[in-house]
Amino acid sequence: MAAHHHDHQEGSNLSEMELRVRALETILVEKGYVETAALDRIVELYETKIGPHIGAQVVAKAWSDPAFRRSLLEDASKAVSTLAQVGRVGEHLVAVENTPQVHNMVVCTLCSCYPTDVLGLPPLWYKSFPYRSRAVKEPRAVLADFGVVLPATTDIRVWDSTAETRFLVVPMRPAETDGWSEAQLATLVTRDCMIGTGLPKKPSEVA
Amino acid sequence: MDGVHDMGGMDGFGKVESEPNEPVFHQRWEGRVLAISRAISALRLWTIDMSRYGIELLSPPVYLASSYYERWFLRNVRLLTERGLIETDEMAAGHALRPGKGLDRDKFTLADVERVTRRGSYGRPGPAPARFKVGDRVRAKNIHPKTHTRLPRYARGHVGIVERLHGAHVFPDSVVAGKGEDPQWLYTVRFDAQELWGADADPTVRVSIEAFEPYLEHV
Repeated sequence: MAAHHHDHQEGSNLSEMELRVRALETILVEKGYVETAALDRIVELYETKIGPHIGAQVVAKAWSDPAFRRSLLEDASKAVSTLAQVGRVGEHLVAVENTPQVHNMVVCTLCSCYPTDVLGLPPLWYKSFPYRSRAVKEPRAVLADFGVVLPATTDIRVWDSTAETRFLVVPMRPAETDGWSEAQLATLVTRDCMIGTGLPKKPSEVA
Repeated sequence: MDGVHDMGGMDGFGKVESEPNEPVFHQRWEGRVLAISRAISALRLWTIDMSRYGIELLSPPVYLASSYYERWFLRNVRLLTERGLIETDEMAAGHALRPGKGLDRDKFTLADVERVTRRGSYGRPGPAPARFKVGDRVRAKNIHPKTHTRLPRYARGHVGIVERLHGAHVFPDSVVAGKGEDPQWLYTVRFDAQELWGADADPTVRVSIEAFEPYLEHV
């Protein structure tokens, strides 16, 4: 929904939601329940530190290191937590791997469950009614909305995140990337390809 | 509850619109709502399941007409008001009119931030041996609980295959019903799209849900 712009005070162009949220925050701080600096820090973390670059490092590692790939598919929380550049992530993370036979796609039809530890906060479309309603019924049509067309013979597997398990899609490594470093490979890994609504970039797109 | 939040399979919402280079927050207040939600969750007055149920309790017209973070905001105000942490006249006034209520937890400060930006653990010791094993054919029960459940409507009554067993987890239905964590075995159950959506559905599509043992029965 668009923000509702009303003039509540002379000279104020704050939206109604901005004012209501300010009221709530002010009350919570004045009553001593929360500290403003802590709220600032949470916003800052999600804006600058916790995002899909984390998942991209995980996928690039899985593409480069067969032992890591195996442990990732076995127990993703444990495997990811061993990566020094990531650090400990929450439990119940499950990595699911795309193959020429099966393409995986993740949704939460009931709310907005998403692997935030490795992808950050979900994009608006993931939380939207069109995605939540259609992903489990017509995933090929949803993929087409993203410009993704898979061979008719590829099976599609949709994972509805109805509990505390969280899913990370490990896409297929693009061709013509032999000898690439993990850092180079990570540049090919988009957020959407780790949700299953996209494919990794081609080497020509990042050259 | 058979609420409007249970959207899997509904028609009419239109195309999925992806926004290139989408910002993390579209408005400043959205970030504040997210941060407030995380912070008050750490006060341990309610659990993640009660918090989801708080959104499901929004009336359908409000749910559908509100943006994502508007729903979070409405939920926060509702839960905080219900538990007497804030009062309606204070929201109208825009500041506290009375001192804070004593809480078991201390104020949420910078030192607590890391804890709420990493997901928690919901695994618990199992109540008894698991009833189902990988490969079993199971039916999602045709049940319609009046309160919170994580069994989506589109799966109810349908037969699938147990694909994974995740261990026992906190059972959301019991938590929200005030019956404690009541851990239950959690399975990934996979359904053919044609089982869910009929003979015209795409035969190459399979859909899985994460199903707690009480949602399932032997076929």
